[in-house]
Amino acid sequence: MRHLLTTVGLGRDEAVRLLDIAEDMAQVADREVKKLPALRGKTVVNLFFEDSTRTRISFEAAAKRLSADVINFSAKGSSVSKGESLKDTAQTLAAMGADAVVVRHGASGAPQTLATSGWIDAGVINAGDGMHQHPTQALLDAFTMRKRLFGGDSRGRGLDGLRVLIVGDILHSRVARSDVWLLDTLGAEVVIAGPPTLLPVDTSHWPCTVDLDFDHALSAGPDVVMMLRIQSERMHASFFPTTREYARRWGLDEDRLARLGGDTMVMHPGPMNRGLEISAAAADSARSTVRDQVANGVSVRMAALYLLLSGEGDRA
Amino acid sequence: MPPRIVMQSADISRALRRISHEILESNRGSDGLLLLGIPTRGVPLARRIASVISGIEPGFDATASCGALDVTMYRDDLARGRTRTPSPTRVPGDVDGTTVVLVDDVLYSGRTVRAALDALSDLGRPRVVRLAVLVDRGHRELPIRADFVGKNLPSAVHERINVHLDELDGDEFVAIDDAPEAEN
Repeated sequence: MRHLLTTVGLGRDEAVRLLDIAEDMAQVADREVKKLPALRGKTVVNLFFEDSTRTRISFEAAAKRLSADVINFSAKGSSVSKGESLKDTAQTLAAMGADAVVVRHGASGAPQTLATSGWIDAGVINAGDGMHQHPTQALLDAFTMRKRLFGGDSRGRGLDGLRVLIVGDILHSRVARSDVWLLDTLGAEVVIAGPPTLLPVDTSHWPCTVDLDFDHALSAGPDVVMMLRIQSERMHASFFPTTREYARRWGLDEDRLARLGGDTMVMHPGPMNRGLEISAAAADSARSTVRDQVANGVSVRMAALYLLLSGEGDRA
Repeated sequence: MPPRIVMQSADISRALRRISHEILESNRGSDGLLLLGIPTRGVPLARRIASVISGIEPGFDATASCGALDVTMYRDDLARGRTRTPSPTRVPGDVDGTTVVLVDDVLYSGRTVRAALDALSDLGRPRVVRLAVLVDRGHRELPIRADFVGKNLPSAVHERINVHLDELDGDEFVAIDDAPEAEN
């Protein structure tokens, strides 16, 4: 694997292989020495033009567990605020000998540009670009579902036949875009639901179906309900009348929580707006995988970094 | 040149039986014994040795004293060649204070064993570490030797040793081949 930019076009075998490697990486967390020497001497740069806690810390922990050197870069307090371009930043990193760049950027396509421009020779992992893709989040979601379903017997499996309902702000969500394609590749049946104002204009080419009523979608008995965050920082217009109305129609409240089937998982990519798209009861219930998702994030990102940075022979 | 079979299924069984006795002899019984196979083919070999030992020493629990130790992440050639997919590591219980016997099919450069020793030290501190291999083909690149050897098989560097085991390949033999096959 040279770069990890999107889940669109990621093959099933490749995705399952990454998830299997993540299983091995997860074992390291249970050991006395939580470190592997696989990426010793490699340099991983976390290039974050947007705020993040979870993803940046997760990538940092992943790189460090594989013994790579980590350089954290956030746009705030850097020369970017003096007007430095992405190209100049990339060339600075190239001059410092970065082997992999983990990039989060507000503009959709920025990681793609970084990977294909020739400014830098490092492998690029997309850690979220604008309203486009967030592949490692989708991979950790898939890993979490597979782990809940099959436990220790997860290796080599896909998510065939699993019914996944993704609810909320689909329009601004790169997580939804990455999830829809990856879960479809792994064999799951995906339904997206949200108010029409928060759905993309045209979803006809998306490998999923659309529902405009949360309660109707819930009555179909999904195996996984994934609640998305209302991304107020990307909302420069009004997409729904009031937060109270949104919470009532589209929030996973206690009443809807009670209607879920026996083993239905509740997922959320975080950070959560408790009381808006998800109630505290749902977020803290035994169905909730929110904390598993964070823990699994490190394993999945270790697997991605390992695949990116080992095996020169694959790049020929 | 067609592959030349140097060990048949019965030879492999006899070798493993002798290795099992030697392990018990050097350990003065089966106390604190932990057999760790190195994937891929070391794992079924370790399991077989464990089951032979449990036949000799009735107090020996084969499943609780046998596991797999993946060394992929500890290799010194990760940046070169193709990306290697790791295998699961399964170590029953604690390695601290045990007598670990690493089990592999072919001992060649010694680099896999070096990686295994590093992997082992990240899991804990065994009292003793020993090495059992089915075939020792020579050409060591590191100061490593096996304590228990099924068969010494002097070979040329361009030759390839193929080990097939029932559990993984459906047939069983050790063959020596002139033409290099797919990398293992």
